[in-house]
Amino acid sequence: MSRLNAFLALVLIGCALAVVNAQHRARMAFVELERLKHEARALDEQWGQLRLEQSTWANHARVEVLARTQLGLITPSFDRIRIETLPPAP
Amino acid sequence: MRYHARKLLRLHLAPWRMATVAGLVLAGLVVVTGRAFYLQGLHTDFLQGKGDAVATRNLTLQATRGTVSDRNGEPLAISTPVESLWARPEELKLQNGQLVHLAKILNVTPGALAMRLQEKDSGEISLMRPLTPDQAAKIAAMGIPGLYLQREFRRYYPAAALAAHVVGFTDVDDRGREGVERAYQDWLAGKAGERHVLRDRRGNLVRDIAPVKMAQMGGNLALSLDMKIQYLAHRELEKAVLENKAKAGGIVVIDAKSGEILALTNLPVFNPNNRRDYDPQTARNRAVIDAFEPGSTMKPFTAAAVLERGLFTPQSVIDTAELVVGNKRVRDEHPHPRLTVTEIIQKSSNIGAVKLAMTLPPQAFWDTLHRAGFGEKPGSGFPGETAGRLRDWRSWKPVEQATMAYGHGVSVSLLQLARAYMAFANDGEVMPLSFLRREPQEVVGERVFSPAVARAVRSMMETVTQDGGTATRAQIPGYRVAGKTGTAHKLIDGHYSPDRYIASFVGMAPASDPRFIVAVMIDEPSAGAYFGGSVAGPVFSQVMAGVLRQYGVPPDAPVETTRLTESPVIVRPRGRS
Repeated sequence: MSRLNAFLALVLIGCALAVVNAQHRARMAFVELERLKHEARALDEQWGQLRLEQSTWANHARVEVLARTQLGLITPSFDRIRIETLPPAP
Repeated sequence: MRYHARKLLRLHLAPWRMATVAGLVLAGLVVVTGRAFYLQGLHTDFLQGKGDAVATRNLTLQATRGTVSDRNGEPLAISTPVESLWARPEELKLQNGQLVHLAKILNVTPGALAMRLQEKDSGEISLMRPLTPDQAAKIAAMGIPGLYLQREFRRYYPAAALAAHVVGFTDVDDRGREGVERAYQDWLAGKAGERHVLRDRRGNLVRDIAPVKMAQMGGNLALSLDMKIQYLAHRELEKAVLENKAKAGGIVVIDAKSGEILALTNLPVFNPNNRRDYDPQTARNRAVIDAFEPGSTMKPFTAAAVLERGLFTPQSVIDTAELVVGNKRVRDEHPHPRLTVTEIIQKSSNIGAVKLAMTLPPQAFWDTLHRAGFGEKPGSGFPGETAGRLRDWRSWKPVEQATMAYGHGVSVSLLQLARAYMAFANDGEVMPLSFLRREPQEVVGERVFSPAVARAVRSMMETVTQDGGTATRAQIPGYRVAGKTGTAHKLIDGHYSPDRYIASFVGMAPASDPRFIVAVMIDEPSAGAYFGGSVAGPVFSQVMAGVLRQYGVPPDAPVETTRLTESPVIVRPRGRS
């Protein structure tokens, strides 16, 4: 009888320590989760800012000015466009 | 063993001493029990609250406002967090040189900054909002006590003035005030969530106590606008308004097959990112919320009304020498003795249009106009859209029916006019308008005219851009174009102004099976030209050509009409490329 009791006591202590350990690990995991959520949000915000930046660079007016001045591109006037009609594919 | 029995060890204590000690112990016990009962049983809520206040927190999960983008995902409105700088002057401790350093970061003079910080009576002063991320990082690194950074969301409009009238803007509380921001406020705003958490001594979150109420993030919106087209339309409109020294202008581009609004812009316009010099007048989306008398752009509907009832055919000849209705003489800019119905549209004859309209009973004419959507809201869902004005036929006088035939005494918004032209473009069906991108699905249209009538009027309108028509400048090489010009005297304080006009052009292409409708309106052109064909026509042609090219629509004009001249020598501008 007393042997069984001693054994159960040991099991109990073991369980108690396991609970403590599990609780600790759960908290660590939770802290990590919070950190990652925070990071996700920060990345999301950064993405928004990058989209803003991208749209500033890709602004139509800016692209047009660059195309005209730096690359020397022009829109052909109507009388300089020739429309070719391709014969239907065989 | 029995010590107390021994005489030597027997205690000679008085019995009261025993009783006293026992009584004191008992009393102490009662006090402690009572206190414990009071704390645990009666006062527990208060204490629990105190404890929770130390260890637990209610966090609100902010819902970010959704993004508005164009049909290709180009952002038009984005909420992004910014830091703003606050100071509490009592707590502020600046060391030597820090003031100068801070002023340099904030881009102000040290003197001005010192002045701001002197305002002792206010508890907190806002120093600068918003800061750039770079500034915020530098200030945080300085770690000056008494300076605080606060995070808030700010709405940015990357397209600035370009899409300002459609997108609208939000107020300081992030609620939509105008445009799409207002129309779809509930969808964009989302709902803030809440979580109840346990914290440790250092402020780290330990666990959730209650189930998390997730924040419902604001939904994103994809508009029907195409920013390439919008830019093109805006640029051409701006050019025309400047060239013609006009007061204002508007342009609408509609996909005739789906009813989507591909571009819509007005001048004057405002920059939604800079609300400091905001003027409510520039924020008016005139194309949607203001009505004007359309003038001759109304005539195709007059023609459709008579064709519909089989009273005339496009080839019927009408005597258009002169006409007096009531005591009003109807005048034509370029008189012709007689014209066919097609030529009435082509040359935009007022007399002809009136003669056509006067053959109709008022109710029949009203019915046609009403079916085309005049006097009714166009149903785009835009806040504050106008229904224009189409009076009930029972109150019409003959002279009013006459003027209505050429677009006076009736008013429409530019969007409404473009929508009505969809009936001619779509073989008689009008698609419901939309500011939101539609999935390529079956859109159910509303039948306004029979296919035969719509096609007949469309081919009449094709002659407008051909030689002899009022809008040869609206031609687009390679494509057949149908359209109608409008030149209306402006109504000022109830009288028609003799020298102030609204020039307009509404057209569609390719005329064999129109895919797009472009409506242009120029308010008070005052640099000489004022006819719809010469003021609004070129804008139409430039924009429509761009749209057709952008969407890769195959040309439908017979090959011989396309011209090719010797290409001039192009001088490349010197550039870094």
